[in-house]
Amino acid sequence: MATPLFTRNTKLADLIATNHNLILMMPRFGIPLGFGNKTVGEICDTYDVPADFLLLVCNAYTFDNFLPDPEQLKQTDMRMLVPYLQASHRFYLADRLPHIGLHLHHIVEKVDPKYGKILTAFYADYQREVQDHFLCEEKEVFPILESVIGGGKPQSDESIGLFAESHGNIVDKLTDLTQIVYMYLPGNVLPEETIELIFDILQLSNDLEKHALIEEKILMPLILQQ
Amino acid sequence: MRSQASILIVEPSDIIIEGLRAIVGDNERFNILAPLHDAVGLKERLLVQQPDILVVNPTLLAMPLRQTLTQLQQTRPEMAIVALVYQYLEPSVLQMFQKTIDIRDNRSIVVACLIESGEKSHEVSDGAESYELSDRELDVLVLVAKGLSSKEIADKLNISIHTVNSHRKNITHKTGIKSVAGLAVYATIHNLA
Repeated sequence: MATPLFTRNTKLADLIATNHNLILMMPRFGIPLGFGNKTVGEICDTYDVPADFLLLVCNAYTFDNFLPDPEQLKQTDMRMLVPYLQASHRFYLADRLPHIGLHLHHIVEKVDPKYGKILTAFYADYQREVQDHFLCEEKEVFPILESVIGGGKPQSDESIGLFAESHGNIVDKLTDLTQIVYMYLPGNVLPEETIELIFDILQLSNDLEKHALIEEKILMPLILQQ
Repeated sequence: MRSQASILIVEPSDIIIEGLRAIVGDNERFNILAPLHDAVGLKERLLVQQPDILVVNPTLLAMPLRQTLTQLQQTRPEMAIVALVYQYLEPSVLQMFQKTIDIRDNRSIVVACLIESGEKSHEVSDGAESYELSDRELDVLVLVAKGLSSKEIADKLNISIHTVNSHRKNITHKTGIKSVAGLAVYATIHNLA
């Protein structure tokens, strides 16, 4: 691919300047902001984060056609994979979804109660669906993943295919929500907050799509290679 | 004779581009425009070159993909958008495109796909594309929103399941909404439910 990938020697600030969404990754790795001019390698050493793993995630998150080769995956220190995925899940469930729900609630209060009611129900169902999906993944897939990372053999591959299927659906419904909000809701209620809501949803959709890519490009091959 | 369909290829690999050119290059139905290696400035190119068929590697398009595709389609509504793929992509992603060319497809399949895409693009340009739902599509939408399956809808309306699916595809294309739950919200907002 033509775009240069991030390496140990890339300055962390340059990495974020290239893709500002990567700033979301830092808390998930336990890296605080205020990292000055340090490189990825230096920062990772300071906070005891495996640099090769952080780079794998940042590259997969940034370059859509980045595909790590199986050898590289085998050599990467994966001990942070499960904590990283869990931190992402917590961020979506405990931070983003309630935040978006709050914006939506403000808007719902101002529109015809009939629309409000169905929008609220739509979003509540959606939140529940995402939560069930993540919890199921944590219960069914993460233990297999941890066992593989620890050097064991996976016991079953069946659950893996199942959870991969529902990823698409989770992103689709968010896209539907943005379409409903900016195409079909009456436009004169809380325009500023509506725009904020749209940006929040688009940001989350983008993050979820990348999250799914990381699971597809790193988690799945890791489990299936065994 | 029908006029030539012009094809714009957006694909990073010269090998693939030249391969496609070799397959369709001498077919009189097609005229291949200068290809793009990435999607930078794609919208402007669509306005200037007005291709009938856009053959694009989905990995080059900005996320979220559906928004990008909608924008491209709005820029040139009569154009058919064909995905050019060489790795596994989720069916939900491929559904966003009108057609798919897999680089493992043989020569005749690739040509047939482009011929159909060219015809599709002409059909649409003959009558301006409408985003209003037809009466039949409204019937289907109401039943989808009620939670009925395609099979149940087919039985109820006395049409084939294939026709139901085709209506559902049009509904999603016209409203921009894909999920059943989203369509139920749409139906309520439009006082259909």
